[in-house]
Amino acid sequence: MMKIDFSGLEPNSLLRGNPNELLSGLSTAPEFQIPNTNDFDGFQKESVQMVKPAKGTTTLAFIFKEGVIVAADSRASMGGYISSQSVKKIIEINPYMLGTMAGGAADCQFWHRNLGIKCRLHELANKRRISVTGASKLLANILYSYRGMGLSVGTMIAGWDEKGPGLYYVDSEGGRLNGNRFSVGSGSPYAYGVLDSGYRFDMSVEEAAELARRAIYHATFRDGASGGVVSVYHVGPDGWKKLSGDDVGELHYAYYPVEPTVEHEMAEASSS
Amino acid sequence: MARYDRAITVFSPDGHLFQVEYALEAVRKGNAAVGVRGTDTIVLGVEKKSTPKLQDSRSVRKIVNLDDHIALACAGLKADARVLINRARIECQSHRLTVEDPVTVEYITRYIAGLQQKYTQSGGVRPFGLSTLIIGFDPYTGVPALYQTDPSGTFSAWKANATGRNSNSIREFLEKNYKETAGQETVKLAIRALLEVVESGGKNIEVAVMTKKDGLRQLEEAEIDAIVAEIEEEKAAAEAAKKAPQKET
Repeated sequence: MMKIDFSGLEPNSLLRGNPNELLSGLSTAPEFQIPNTNDFDGFQKESVQMVKPAKGTTTLAFIFKEGVIVAADSRASMGGYISSQSVKKIIEINPYMLGTMAGGAADCQFWHRNLGIKCRLHELANKRRISVTGASKLLANILYSYRGMGLSVGTMIAGWDEKGPGLYYVDSEGGRLNGNRFSVGSGSPYAYGVLDSGYRFDMSVEEAAELARRAIYHATFRDGASGGVVSVYHVGPDGWKKLSGDDVGELHYAYYPVEPTVEHEMAEASSS
Repeated sequence: MARYDRAITVFSPDGHLFQVEYALEAVRKGNAAVGVRGTDTIVLGVEKKSTPKLQDSRSVRKIVNLDDHIALACAGLKADARVLINRARIECQSHRLTVEDPVTVEYITRYIAGLQQKYTQSGGVRPFGLSTLIIGFDPYTGVPALYQTDPSGTFSAWKANATGRNSNSIREFLEKNYKETAGQETVKLAIRALLEVVESGGKNIEVAVMTKKDGLRQLEEAEIDAIVAEIEEEKAAAEAAKKAPQKET
């Protein structure tokens, strides 16, 4: 049976043996040598399992009347070791689009920067900004072409384009969802609890930011893999703006101040 | 000069790409095609050479759809056109797949022009022997657009343009008579322009009208005949008006 010839569908393989230097490596997925094992499927499964627990983080984003709020913690963990408390998990793709990081830090950072390049090229070629739909689709297509190769990315693309505020969830399994509220990471169940119960469409920017802050804080309280600093960003019609960055330890005492007890006062009196 | 038209990738000493210029000659021998952009309507008209009696004229459509909101007419080698049109149609769908958005007219024109240019800079291939007129509405802003590409791979936007046989006369006519029109007026202007070089009659021209709401609509022969009749009347009336004052003096 003759194999169906899909060569016409490849946009850049117009003339055989005439590689298009400008675009090589940018729009087509680079070719990958398959690892030299006997059991390729088993190897794939193992490599996926190795990276799986690494989505230790809490990120969330939601659309409301005034735009999109994006918030994340800043802890990076390697198993039980906290490797950093100050990771930037909200990546600035361009002045009007943000991406969040969950999963492999290197994977998220690299592919978000690559997405930023593609968005800029689209702008230059088409004289208009790319839509959030288009940007998320570009990322999802790339991640899908690497499916099964061990990438670990669970990201949300948030932005404001001609159609208004936009929010998409994209992951390394190749999934892409459009929605109003998302939370990604090991702390997401806790964040969803606070977010879903406190969410209203018509909030002010301050109220929405406070809701996001509290949701992340509660996730860091219960989830060991989340912590550090809560960053909150707002995406409006003129682009994104960072609203706050609060240490969760300090937030804890702000939300739950310690009641001074009799022993405290006596200890202070004797020391002063 | 004759030495420089065998391997097409070379320049002549005075800076010409002869194969490209010969391709433009092929275009000049092709059917006349005209495009007119109105405020809410864009019209494409193509000269139809007399169809042999036994030929099924419906199988020789000269104005084609590239997508729901983009259409194309061309002058030159029809077989080359088929290849270009297929590639453009695939690109329209591929764009919808990768960015979930329909193409803009400018994007697909740039793609087609890029394709035509590639074939002027590769070994062993010849340029496409056709110029295209591409019309469509921007999927978001709804602004109508008319673009033209040629075998060298250049493209530009136009308010009204013609290509193919006698395109210079048609263009002169359009330059003299163009004004911003809408709806039926745009159709009339396009047909009047085409009638400058084509024998009048519904069976000698093919006209298609694109609106934002209804997309591309091919006009029936009867409709075209009716409009041609209107135009003839208007022309006769204008002639009579010109002659009448002369009689009085």
